[in-house]
Amino acid sequence: MQSPISSNDAAMSQAIGHGDGHGEHPDLRMLGFTLFLISEGMLFVGLFVAYLTYRAAAPAWPPAGTPELEKILPAIFTVILVASSGVIMLAERALKHGDMGQFRLFWLLTTAMGTIFVAGQAYEWMHLEFGLKDGLFGGTFYVLTGFHGMHVVIGLLLQAVVFFRSFKTNHYTPASHFGVGASSLYWHFVDVVWIFLFALLYII
Amino acid sequence: MVETTQQRVEQRQPEPLGDWRRYFSFCVDHKVIGIQYLVTTFFFYLLGGALAMVIRAELMTPGAELERSLYNGVFTIHATIMIFLWIIPTLAGFGNFLVPLMIGARDMAFPRLNALSFWMIPPGGLLLLSSFFVQSGAAGAGWTSYPPLSTQQVQVGDLLVTNFGQVIWIASVVFLGTSSILAALNFIVTIVAMRTEGMELFRMPLFCWATLTASCITLLGTPVLAGAVILLAFDLLLGTVFFNPTGGGDPVVYQHMFWFYSHPAVYIMVLPAMGIISEVLPVFSRKPIFGYKAIAISSMGIAVLGFLVWAHHMFTSGTPDWLRMFFMVTSFLIAVPTGIKVFSWLGTIWGGKLELSSAMLFAMGFVSMFVVGGLSGIMLASVPVDIHVHDTYFVVAHLHYVLFGGSVFAIYAGLYYWFPKMTGRLLNETWGKIHFALTFIGFNLCFLPMHQLGLQGMPRRVAEYAEQFQSLNVLVSIGGFLLGISTLPFLFNAIYSWLWGPKAPANPWRALTLEWTTASPPPVENFEYLPVVTAGPYEYGTVGSSPEGDTPTAISQPKS
Repeated sequence: MQSPISSNDAAMSQAIGHGDGHGEHPDLRMLGFTLFLISEGMLFVGLFVAYLTYRAAAPAWPPAGTPELEKILPAIFTVILVASSGVIMLAERALKHGDMGQFRLFWLLTTAMGTIFVAGQAYEWMHLEFGLKDGLFGGTFYVLTGFHGMHVVIGLLLQAVVFFRSFKTNHYTPASHFGVGASSLYWHFVDVVWIFLFALLYII
Repeated sequence: MVETTQQRVEQRQPEPLGDWRRYFSFCVDHKVIGIQYLVTTFFFYLLGGALAMVIRAELMTPGAELERSLYNGVFTIHATIMIFLWIIPTLAGFGNFLVPLMIGARDMAFPRLNALSFWMIPPGGLLLLSSFFVQSGAAGAGWTSYPPLSTQQVQVGDLLVTNFGQVIWIASVVFLGTSSILAALNFIVTIVAMRTEGMELFRMPLFCWATLTASCITLLGTPVLAGAVILLAFDLLLGTVFFNPTGGGDPVVYQHMFWFYSHPAVYIMVLPAMGIISEVLPVFSRKPIFGYKAIAISSMGIAVLGFLVWAHHMFTSGTPDWLRMFFMVTSFLIAVPTGIKVFSWLGTIWGGKLELSSAMLFAMGFVSMFVVGGLSGIMLASVPVDIHVHDTYFVVAHLHYVLFGGSVFAIYAGLYYWFPKMTGRLLNETWGKIHFALTFIGFNLCFLPMHQLGLQGMPRRVAEYAEQFQSLNVLVSIGGFLLGISTLPFLFNAIYSWLWGPKAPANPWRALTLEWTTASPPPVENFEYLPVVTAGPYEYGTVGSSPEGDTPTAISQPKS
């Protein structure tokens, strides 16, 4: 249970016109962020279901004449992205043990692996033989991978912010590190979405 | 929490008048934000209403007075404003003001996020209105924006141009949708995690239950709408073919995605309104609410079923028979939890000692008008009837009975009921009753004949109609203008009373929920001491208290 509002907090909240409230109750930001991710997840669910509906209604999928999708390279990038979810957990564990050096190392490694994934995606986009306007196949492929790619990039930006903040003294402590926890959860989310997406677009 | 109840927060009464500037600032006080929501959305309500007056003026005669594309823009923006800038956010405004007070919290869980959700609304609204001034004109495909109508290029003079009005509509809807998702997650966290000691879930006021349920719907449904309109934007701007049948796409997929959100959105618009009714009826009947748990759980039932009925809007869109049967049955099932609520409200009033205040009149107006809208809803849910009246004025009548006769009546009930708490002033009751009478007569004169027009086959969303429909349309328009005029007494009453009305005591209605245990208006920290709740919120006339002498059952003194 958190301590009641200290006189300091009260003075501060008076200065900005109103209490922030965080002094009074347990930190609820993780709960709020999780709800936000559930909402984000529904965006992908909507797009996935639309994609499946198109596929179910199409006489043949991929439509006749669509060039074959290269699978080996995306599979390798998939492994890298999924593995980075494990690495970010190692980083969190290091933080919980108070080892900031190891935390930064694993954190940076996660960012590097994520960057490789985005680069791989960009490479694939540049070498595909169909475009956004090439029917439903092209449209759904680019919109789904693009939406996901945008989320990966946001995840990388969050990681960069956390990385630089970790150099501030006591910004993240073993007991309190919302920024780390949230960007790590976000990263797992992006990862899980990709697993579904990879299965939908490349395998089935 | 126990410690905080004993911690006395310094009394910081808001300054009496010099603080009006707070309402124009990024203030994080949930009470200020609640009032910001209510005033801003009422402004948009007046704008949307003005557009409705234009529509009714046009429909006085069978011919077209306005340019057709302008008329299309007017009814599209009318609906979009009323849904996304009036009913949904104004109910969020009530939630903002009331939820922390009702559950005994000092603020919402995320005050800054809360301010952000509000401050997304004015720019979102202005963006929408700006679409009247672009070359292509405002979006004109109705608030449903079905492709291929919405994705077609628009004729301007001799040129075919991209429909930028539609693009603006999409941007605005995504913007306002994001705002309501952020508000919803704030409500859920606040209600789940910030209740005061003794405020068990089943001791919460029913308005909190309704807000919790509606927030869950917002959180899960709105992103799907965002997905649909983003794909629509791709079709409009980048030449993809998601909804374009000539390129292999399917416009019906848009309809599915749209209604997957927009049918549950009906419950986002009516559940908190029902919550308001559940607060007002027991207070002015001086009786405990009938079937507290049944009302609370039926909200959840409506929310779950609400996600399974969407295709009843698409009975004429080539939906296969077996699927139509499924959606017809699920839609009928919604009548069960809704009926539970209506009968519980009747049970609450039954044998009560009714006080016919303005709030109570609007609440009883809600119940009766909502029943009419509910019955026409059951008619529309049955496939054979729907096929006949689809896209006619029968549908327009139905939706206005649930959204105006339902939600707006409840919003007025809530405004009359909580105005003293929000402003510290009492509204004038005589003018309130005049307002109610004008609204009730205007509303029924306007929307009741629409049923007849629809059954006779008058299509919706047209500026020109067959001459045989004129007499009824004139009647509808007179009702519409009366409804427009009925807003004026309220407006003057609210402004006058806010400035010069008699000062309100802490608990003018002798109500038992927690917001009435603190001052009117509440101090910045809401409660001098966080209350400890010992009983349910509606124990009127029970446990040794006479109906005249009810006092709140929460203890708000420091414990010894």
